[in-house]
Amino acid sequence: MAARAKTRKRKRATKKSPTIRILVLRAPGTNCDQETGYAFEREGATVEHMHVNALLAQPKVLTRVHGLAIPGGFSYGDDLGAGTVLGTAMRTRLLEPIQRMVDKGGIVLGICNGFQVLVKTGLLPGFSAPDEPGILPGIAHETPERAVALASNIQNRYEDRWVTLKAVTDKCVFLRRGDVIHCPVAHAEGRLVCDDEVLDRMSAADQIALRYVAPDGESPVPFPYNPNGSVDDIAGITDPTGRILGLMPHPERNQFPWQDPRFHRGDAPRSPEGLLPFKNAMRHLRKTFA
Amino acid sequence: MTTAAKSESSSGRGGKGAARPTRPVYRLEIGLKPGSLDPAGLEARTNLAEAGLAGIREVQVFKTFFLRGRLGPDDVERAAREVLADPVQEVFAVRQDLELPSGPGGPMRMVTVLRKSGVTNPEAESARIALTGIGIDVRDVQSARTYLVWTKAREKDVLAAARRALGNDVIEDVVPGRVRSFTFPKPTKRRIRRRTVPIRRLEGKALVTLSFQMGLSLTKVEMEAIRDEYRDIGREPTDVELETLAQTWSEHCKHKTLAGAVEMSDERGERRFENLLKETVFHATTELDKSWCWSVFEDNAGVIDFDGEDGVCMKVETHNHPSAIEPYGGAGTGIGGVIRDILGTGKGARPVANTDVFCFGPPDMPMEDVPKGSMHPRRILRGVVAGVRDYGNRMGIPTVNGALMFDERYVGNPVVYCGCVGIIPRKDVSKKARPGDLVVAFGGKTGRDGIHGATFSSVELHSESETVSSGAVQIGDPITEKKVLDILIQARDKRLFTAVTDCGAGGFSSAVGEMGEHVGANVDVSKAPLKYEGLDAFEIWISEAQERMVAAIPPKKWPVFKELCDAEDVEAFVLGEFTGDKRLTVRHGKTVVCDLDMGFLHDGLPRITREATFTAGGDAEPTWKPRKRYDKDLLELLGMPQIGSKEWVIRQYDHEVQAGAVVRPLTGTEQGPADAAVVAPKLGSNRGIVLSNGINPAYGDIDPYAMAMAAVDEAMRNAVAVGADPARIAVLDNFTWGNCNRPSTLGTIVRACEGCRDAALLFGTPFISGKDSLNNEFRTDEGELISVPPTLLISAIGVIADVRKTCTSDLKTPGNPIYVVGLTHDELGGSHWYRRKRRVGRNAPQVREDAPAVMKAVAQTIRKRYVRAAHDPSEGGIAVAAAEMAFASDHGMHLDLRRVKGTTRENHRLLFSESTTRFLLEVDKAKAKTFEAGLKKAGVAFGKAGRVTKEPTLTIVGRDPAGGRAAHELIRIPTVKLRETWRNALHLGEEA
Repeated sequence: MAARAKTRKRKRATKKSPTIRILVLRAPGTNCDQETGYAFEREGATVEHMHVNALLAQPKVLTRVHGLAIPGGFSYGDDLGAGTVLGTAMRTRLLEPIQRMVDKGGIVLGICNGFQVLVKTGLLPGFSAPDEPGILPGIAHETPERAVALASNIQNRYEDRWVTLKAVTDKCVFLRRGDVIHCPVAHAEGRLVCDDEVLDRMSAADQIALRYVAPDGESPVPFPYNPNGSVDDIAGITDPTGRILGLMPHPERNQFPWQDPRFHRGDAPRSPEGLLPFKNAMRHLRKTFA
Repeated sequence: MTTAAKSESSSGRGGKGAARPTRPVYRLEIGLKPGSLDPAGLEARTNLAEAGLAGIREVQVFKTFFLRGRLGPDDVERAAREVLADPVQEVFAVRQDLELPSGPGGPMRMVTVLRKSGVTNPEAESARIALTGIGIDVRDVQSARTYLVWTKAREKDVLAAARRALGNDVIEDVVPGRVRSFTFPKPTKRRIRRRTVPIRRLEGKALVTLSFQMGLSLTKVEMEAIRDEYRDIGREPTDVELETLAQTWSEHCKHKTLAGAVEMSDERGERRFENLLKETVFHATTELDKSWCWSVFEDNAGVIDFDGEDGVCMKVETHNHPSAIEPYGGAGTGIGGVIRDILGTGKGARPVANTDVFCFGPPDMPMEDVPKGSMHPRRILRGVVAGVRDYGNRMGIPTVNGALMFDERYVGNPVVYCGCVGIIPRKDVSKKARPGDLVVAFGGKTGRDGIHGATFSSVELHSESETVSSGAVQIGDPITEKKVLDILIQARDKRLFTAVTDCGAGGFSSAVGEMGEHVGANVDVSKAPLKYEGLDAFEIWISEAQERMVAAIPPKKWPVFKELCDAEDVEAFVLGEFTGDKRLTVRHGKTVVCDLDMGFLHDGLPRITREATFTAGGDAEPTWKPRKRYDKDLLELLGMPQIGSKEWVIRQYDHEVQAGAVVRPLTGTEQGPADAAVVAPKLGSNRGIVLSNGINPAYGDIDPYAMAMAAVDEAMRNAVAVGADPARIAVLDNFTWGNCNRPSTLGTIVRACEGCRDAALLFGTPFISGKDSLNNEFRTDEGELISVPPTLLISAIGVIADVRKTCTSDLKTPGNPIYVVGLTHDELGGSHWYRRKRRVGRNAPQVREDAPAVMKAVAQTIRKRYVRAAHDPSEGGIAVAAAEMAFASDHGMHLDLRRVKGTTRENHRLLFSESTTRFLLEVDKAKAKTFEAGLKKAGVAFGKAGRVTKEPTLTIVGRDPAGGRAAHELIRIPTVKLRETWRNALHLGEEA
């Protein structure tokens, strides 16, 4: 945290490849910003940490970065429902610049509370709702519909445990279909709920990105493999462009081999699985902004 | 009152007495869409049923907001649509009743729970922030929860159960029906005057009465010292002065018993301590004089070297009495407080891990056995865990290590230990406020919260404590503290302050008093932003409102600091300045309400000598006939809540945040118990911290000296088992005791201190910080006094050079040999095996001279990676340790007790004795010879006693009780059965 305001650079980014800038957003109560930024840095990104007040004062920052990460935590305490306060602020004041960044090929990653925030903004699932009026009187941009919710876990309490995820989409730049990722969940509100029509629509558009599976890959799964009772075992979804990903589990908590609980048994993979989404996203960004 | 005044002061709308048009209060009800799953309702149902409400068919919940401000119905509609109600899950109604769900049909009762005025309500405050953010000008917000309970029970019974299970009278109102209207209380005016308290003419009893009336918790001798001081000065003290003295002289702040003089007499003879702690626990540290100890016993927390550049620090605090009265708030502010201790260590440390150790009454205690005025242990447990969870998780600090103990004597007075570990640059370890520096407070606002917390913690609880002391309870606001953390570290790295400390017990009075001890300070309490109007000067001065820090900031750096705080919505203000006149001057505006000499404040406390005696406890060592089998015994032990799985607690804590978890509380494919936690606190570095604890009050019932030695040993071996280097472990002494004015109780703490000293010297392990909480007693209505057992918690913190060389306790590979290292003795005294039979015994486990050699040798074999799995036999002995290693994996174990070294040959002792300094190790087959050679060379006793089996069964064989020579099977149980028994030991969860 000492280096919070600083920008760290990793040597891995060779001279040839473009500089990829990722903005890691921080609000009161955000607490996974350092490790999330670090995972991007490991994959060669130049990471800038910023407080939401600063971004709200200068939304233009979003025109000079290639990606936005909204890390886990309890933004503003989550006392009104996870992600509500930050989600509302972003929905009213940052939607347009974010949408523009994504239009140009940029990415948005929301992990845990970041996913909850993205759902509150409507950026996920990102169904357009042209009929809905803008929130601030006088501003009438196209506001995406808030079509899914992340509700209280079925057991109604916070739960920290490792889960197995499987990428089930071809659409998302963070994932390749079939990728398997072990990483922990740690949340109280992660049960994805939506009506059947929304589920069908997401499914048809290949927007269901990650599912909870059993350690052997089996699906569907009961509790605790599905740790919150999420519909269809959904752990993460992407938007229609595939460049916005929200997920409840924390891949950034499996970026060093010794973080993997299999490590002491000698069964952990050499390359930590949690880095996959960061790797894939960076590959996409380098290609796009070459 | 809060809500109204809160928005008042933060919206910056000044103008006292400005015309206040009465604005309407809008009611907004929000419920789940019909047919939705309602987890909160399910949980409420479980809790109501547990509180004794029978025949509940279903419970559903809806919430209500009351909003007041410059707004109309359209604004409220928009507030609901855009912010307060989720469009996917919820429906809402403005200014009218929400249509209630039909539920399962039949009679339904409604009950509503809402926060009392003056109690922090983060939900209401969040709503205000969010709505203001989208342009809705709301000034006052109140929120409530209404429970719909489908039951045939009478309203009276539903209400009674709700008071026990859904709300807490101390902080909440629980009322029948839904609440349709709410009146925001009017703020009261602030009283500003200097008030003196005539004391100079008082003698003896009158002084004691005065102390009692003002809630000062000062003794007659102390009151006399104060009176004499004011006779000398020639005036009467002010209320603020008396309050300040009471805070500073409290047991909580001054540790007057443990730092006092004691005359001890026991079977070892008579001895006198001028300063008990200094001559025992500190003495060992001074004697050991380790260069890697950077700061010991002087700051908020002890600091040891981490990697040369940074140090790590640790502190453990108790929050027993607040947790007895309001478990959620008490425990939450307990963890919040110890986190601030770390923030206030040196010029500020960054917290990297939390720990928690709780002692409660038995979870299965019949309700009728719970004394009046205290809550059922399960309710306390649930509340405490939720409090630690909600605070620790929101702070983004992983809670990685802990313990849960149960004993009847904790029923009225639970013990809640919260620990925090931080990391701090070497250059920031020291701090010193200088004359001319500004006294700057930042963080939360000041309210009437926790008035008299420091003095309250130093008196016994009784059945009326709940009502009399409710002011001592507070609800934390972790996000404010998280903001403080974010600011503090940035300011530290910009070198904006010369010193910082936390506002803990005693509030500003202790923080400013301590920082200014050597220079003096002059402050104006009217500068403090308040949660609501109407606070007296002394209330502002001693309020224990949470989430506040005090920093000494050179005037030219103040604007930078202020700007930093403004950018992240943290409140900061100048309270005054450090002076150089060695006086503590407190003003309210221009009125001086306190003018104390720092010398008298800090050194004027009269010293008294206390007497202490000790005679060994316990009962006669029972004799048992040898039995053929012990399967049942092992299963019973695994089913004891103290030994059984704590998974229900563990999983509610985020133990992964900050991405540093290496060894977690649960380990192995099947998730068995780990010995200690390993955390890598610096991203990108493989260097780690190990955290463990040792606690066993049952040994203390026999001899607290043995208990202290055993607790240090347990903490050490837990740390060594995961791979710590015993030469780089430091420990903390944390005492929770009964009333030490009784010589017999004081004697037990003297023995424990001596045990701490001797263990530290034996292991070469310094104490770096400590905590004592005395007067942990509960007086029942019948007048019976229940004192907690002597409860010493030893917390260990070690540094590990490479976290990749750590080890977990789950079995790894079939075919590998199992070794038992260390000696087993006839030491069942205080054991769980005896306890199961409600016996104590007399042979408490001893720590012997060879212990350091065993620790060192085992640590080496782990570091060299000969060891694949390591676990220490403690509660339940070798039998339980073997079972845990096996059921954490999908393998089994075969163990032959005849190969276990020791001074006892009887099967039951070999199985269940809790002798110290022993390890069960699974050793890599290929390295077994080298392993054995290493231990032999070190002169350490060990036996190759078993092997890892592919078949998932635990088999333990021993000597034939009939005298035959062949191995005799004592235990044979499939690991699945062991695991299930262990997992179901602690029934707390309502399962979905």
